Amino acid sequence: MSNNDDLTSDAIRHLASLTRISMSDDEVEKMRDEMSNILDNIAVLNEIDTDSVEPTGHSVDLKSVLRDDVSGDSLSTEDVLMNAPNSDEDLIKIKPVFE
Amino acid sequence: MHQDDLKTLTIENARNLLDSREITSLELTESYIKRIENTETDINAFVTISKESAINDAKNADILIDSGEQNLLTGIPLQLKDNLCTRGIRTTCSSKMLENFIPPYDAFVTEALKNQGAVILGKGNLDEFAMGSSTENSAFQTTKNPFDITRVPGGSSGGPAASVSASQCLFSLGSDTGGSIRQPASLCGVVGLKPTYGRVSRFGLIAFASSLDQIGPITHTVKDSAMVLQNIAGFDSKDSTSLNVPVPNYLETIDKGIKGFKIGVPKEYFQEGINPEVEKIIRDSLKVLENLGAEITEISLPLTSYALAVYYIIAPSEASANLTRYDGVKYGFNYIESENMWDGIEKTRQFGFGDEVKRRILLGTYALSSGYYDAFYLKAQKVRTLIRKEFEDAFCDFDVLAMPTSPSTAFKLNEKMDDPMQMYLNDIFTIPANIAGIPSISIPAGMNNNLPVGLQMMSGALQEEKLFQAAYAFEQATEWHKIKPKL
Repeated sequence: MSNNDDLTSDAIRHLASLTRISMSDDEVEKMRDEMSNILDNIAVLNEIDTDSVEPTGHSVDLKSVLRDDVSGDSLSTEDVLMNAPNSDEDLIKIKPVFE
Repeated sequence: MHQDDLKTLTIENARNLLDSREITSLELTESYIKRIENTETDINAFVTISKESAINDAKNADILIDSGEQNLLTGIPLQLKDNLCTRGIRTTCSSKMLENFIPPYDAFVTEALKNQGAVILGKGNLDEFAMGSSTENSAFQTTKNPFDITRVPGGSSGGPAASVSASQCLFSLGSDTGGSIRQPASLCGVVGLKPTYGRVSRFGLIAFASSLDQIGPITHTVKDSAMVLQNIAGFDSKDSTSLNVPVPNYLETIDKGIKGFKIGVPKEYFQEGINPEVEKIIRDSLKVLENLGAEITEISLPLTSYALAVYYIIAPSEASANLTRYDGVKYGFNYIESENMWDGIEKTRQFGFGDEVKRRILLGTYALSSGYYDAFYLKAQKVRTLIRKEFEDAFCDFDVLAMPTSPSTAFKLNEKMDDPMQMYLNDIFTIPANIAGIPSISIPAGMNNNLPVGLQMMSGALQEEKLFQAAYAFEQATEWHKIKPKL
């Protein structure tokens, strides 16, 4: 499972781009070493036979919650925009998506 | 009220003083604000002190008490971990990402406490986004252990535990994903409870690992813990994992004693690098429980040592999904000098998140990515099934399980910051309860070199009464909860 040879610096760079976190080369190297060590420790799970075991997503048995579709109060525009770093009247402003 | 009197004050006796009008909530609140001002330079437990609104809360509470409309927590000064949303009061998660975030709504628990007329003194420090075991991952400040300010308070609810320990408030609410209430409670000599998953609504708790997170009280005594849980537990339609089952009256059964209680002691919790002095204290505690009439039996839970690995797949995976929302667009830190939107998001996340948060986002993304999903995330969920079953089987035979909360006492500041794996091992005894979703409590059980040691107990899902019963019996028979730091 662990197969940590896979965890190259390029693999870390790929993960960083997937998660949209910029990283310096030093950060990439440090992250690779630390993650490799953690993955080595996680590999102990291979010792357990789980072939016929069902996965558990939540520890409580959840049933889908059904309710009537009733409209209720929601946050005011003012409240929603209160924390926006950049806004213009009733809109949130962002940098250009396309050049 | 005199500063030294605060050291012996509990919610239970403050309630009596307030109800008999020997003290007003305003006087009590002002005493705590003074106590915070006197001790905060040493402890650093608060990210935000909400002095003005606290005084307002206290005045309103006094009106309620004067008109005889008080509840259990009316006029009681408290702190909230800074990952619990408070309308109008900054909620930071101790992250640069949320440094200036002012929630437009209250968490379910915040609202429940406000409805009671409780007094919010401020917000407690934590490891950034509750990821850590020493509170050293806070982006703002280092909280110190009140018993020795060269040592950590534990984490991630280090601010809440240190604050209660230093008598800066009557109680605090923390969150526990892998031990973040119980481990700091153990290291700071206070009572910490992680309720059953779903017992307390997570609405307004800033999400870390949604299938593991649970809110619970940090208090001076077991009875105080029951009083707080009584008032924050219950169904909430805004949390789809909230359990729609009645909340029992915990105070009715708390003092029933433990004669005939069957207590299992899993031997695996005494093997993994435990400090021998801690082990001795826990073994002595088991004798106390035996003398109170409990039947103590050593058992084996062979999957215990795998819980840590399960946790370090599931928690980062869920965190990596939960933390995608921080993009600097709708709220939070925003890197201004970016070239375009994508560059802005990438730099916002580079400079807004600390190292541990980034580590877990990348680890989780790795575990969830195509080609690795079955080997990591699915495997961890399957082992989770087995761990849960192992506990369910144990609770067919036993009322509660008893073990240490943490393998050691409070360690030195900076001692474990360079080695993430060493830091993770602090939670080896607390993580299994989160994986299984069962309730667990840590209570003061002894001192080693003037540092507190916590006894942990676990029970079956929704059996918090049994935990309170056992913990209360132990507390009544011992004096450890009365030992306070010399601040």
